[in-house]
Amino acid sequence: MPTDRTITGQATALRIDNLDTDQIMPKQFLRGIDKSGLAQGLLYDLRFDKSGTLRPECALNHPDRAGTNVLLGGSNFGCGSSREHAVWGLLQYGIQAVVAPSFGEIFYSNAMGNRLLLVQLDPQTIEAMMDLADGAEAPPMQIDVASRKVTYGPIQAEFPISQRHQTMFLQGVDVIGLTLNHQEEIHAFAESHWAKQPWVRDVAKRMKEHLDSSPR
Amino acid sequence: MPHDTTPSNKTLYQKLVDSHTVRRLDEDNVLLFCDLHLMNEYTSPQAFAGLHEENRKVAVPGQNVSVVSHIIPTDPSAIRIIHDAASALQASNLARNCAMHGIPLFDTNDAMQGIEHVVAPEHGMIRPGMVVICGDSHTTTYGALGALGFGIGTSEVEHVLATQTLVYRTAKDMRIRVDGTLPTGTTSKDLILMIIGQIGAQGARGYVVEFCGTAIEQLSVEARFTLCNMAVEAGARGALIAPDETSIRYVLEKCPDIVGQTRESALAAWKDLRSDADATFDAEHVFDAANIEPHVTWGTSPDQVLPISGKIPSPESLSSEIRRSAEQALRYTALQPGAALAGTPIEHVFIGSCTNARIEDLRAAASIVEGRQVAKGVRAMVVPGSGAVKIQAELEGLDKVFLNAGFEWRKPGCSMCLAMNDDVLMDGIRCASTTNRNFEGRQGRGAITHLMSPAMAAAAAVTGMITDARKMEQTHAN
Repeated sequence: MPTDRTITGQATALRIDNLDTDQIMPKQFLRGIDKSGLAQGLLYDLRFDKSGTLRPECALNHPDRAGTNVLLGGSNFGCGSSREHAVWGLLQYGIQAVVAPSFGEIFYSNAMGNRLLLVQLDPQTIEAMMDLADGAEAPPMQIDVASRKVTYGPIQAEFPISQRHQTMFLQGVDVIGLTLNHQEEIHAFAESHWAKQPWVRDVAKRMKEHLDSSPR
Repeated sequence: MPHDTTPSNKTLYQKLVDSHTVRRLDEDNVLLFCDLHLMNEYTSPQAFAGLHEENRKVAVPGQNVSVVSHIIPTDPSAIRIIHDAASALQASNLARNCAMHGIPLFDTNDAMQGIEHVVAPEHGMIRPGMVVICGDSHTTTYGALGALGFGIGTSEVEHVLATQTLVYRTAKDMRIRVDGTLPTGTTSKDLILMIIGQIGAQGARGYVVEFCGTAIEQLSVEARFTLCNMAVEAGARGALIAPDETSIRYVLEKCPDIVGQTRESALAAWKDLRSDADATFDAEHVFDAANIEPHVTWGTSPDQVLPISGKIPSPESLSSEIRRSAEQALRYTALQPGAALAGTPIEHVFIGSCTNARIEDLRAAASIVEGRQVAKGVRAMVVPGSGAVKIQAELEGLDKVFLNAGFEWRKPGCSMCLAMNDDVLMDGIRCASTTNRNFEGRQGRGAITHLMSPAMAAAAAVTGMITDARKMEQTHAN
């Protein structure tokens, strides 16, 4: 896992509010059983017209934006479905961070878990950044996870990130491995939980067996 | 069983989190034990792959269940065959993974197949006090039975498979009190659309919402499912309704194993599943149900919604924060600011989804459709939420009502709610839909979705336009 967590790069503005995960990764790209091929699906209907040709009006398609690795988004970025494919697609396309006024809940945890950095800033700061990004001489953006600071030309801003997510970014963490360190504690908890509420134990298995054995 | 009678001032949400906390990880996060994990075919494959790569086992297979929901065809042929090769592989892959790990599965041709959020509660898998999770955002549905349900991503699916727990960031508490009685002809769909319209698509972001009040108490369990299902469209991380006689009766009917001493213990435990009188909430909203009208969305976010008597807003009249999204939405939906929503012609009607494809929803729609015909030029379909719903509807003759009127009566599944199977709308088609999301392209690229209740969708089908179903009922009675 890469552990360098200063992101330096080129920001592109997408002035769209409520950009949901259906749009970030449309349904036709959800048919796989692995994570491959999702860069093509990213923002497909925004980037491509109905005949599959690149739409020149989409900021990401501008020749100057080929190196985009930071998206400047509108409010409620990533709302909607829980599909993690949206996050995988952004990463595969080369996006390392999204800067927006607010994010969808499930998207937020999906993104941070996959080390796609989500930077929440106030709408006015983002508007100013978007104006800068749209200009001819857009400066490089610098996002430093350790100090929680974004620098973009003359604009400097601090962003919130939890201790846990910051550690995940800076060190890389196998969350499942960490949890499995508590395996005995989980077993003990489960036994006591089921002793108190036997009706929740193996509930799916028992009810499916009951259903399959019932006359139809 | 001894019952904890220690006085406390906890919300229902806090009690559910506390009773499932294996350990606290830090100030914001706990390791949360999960009672039921539902899986579908498209958000789980990479989780199983990750598990296999690390040679990890499924911790507690019997607390997991899979349903092939989103990709299954709904055409009425006897055997379901998934023609799309990639989707067929997802289904067979899920079956293989479930067999390998001993996880119960509702497979493609299971008679009780359907939408995961309809199938699980109707077969007694959801019980008050449980924590229920799924790689699908509409898992909030289960709050209707006093269970904490929420959607997770695929990495978290893998985490649950390996450990039966989640690293869970606790949410804030919001109470939404709704008093009064919903007027005749309005439903919990109208109520939740109104609430989302009022508080916004981000209004409950970071919160678990507890619904309470006399209007909520009067709702059937099915109506409560609809309410909690759509709470996620206000950004909520969960929705809860404290178990009462209505929901406990529903659960006991579905759960043949909760009898005798188990029943006594369960009833005692469920009594405590309510917010204490002196519990404090981080936010509170109060609404009156008395004057609610049927609601219909006009835009591309569920909070862009109006009462049926309302006029489409002009973006200039809106605050600067929501103006840009309103302009964007009106460009997509091709509606005129200032115009009435009623009377907007539609070409398609979809009655289905985990929001509104239960038996009560189909009864409500059929009551409008009965004795009428689908308007010329309109294609209308009913997709029951599950095999059990379909069988019940056919016992009641509802299929005949729909078929006689010119509706398609199809097999259960998620279908045109997110259009991952063959049921996809063409570009520019305007659809009256009982689903939960009116996002751009949700039901097909360029397709326009208007969210509404089943009765309103039925009224749209027979009139060919967005119509106040309450007026239809009167006409019909005369």
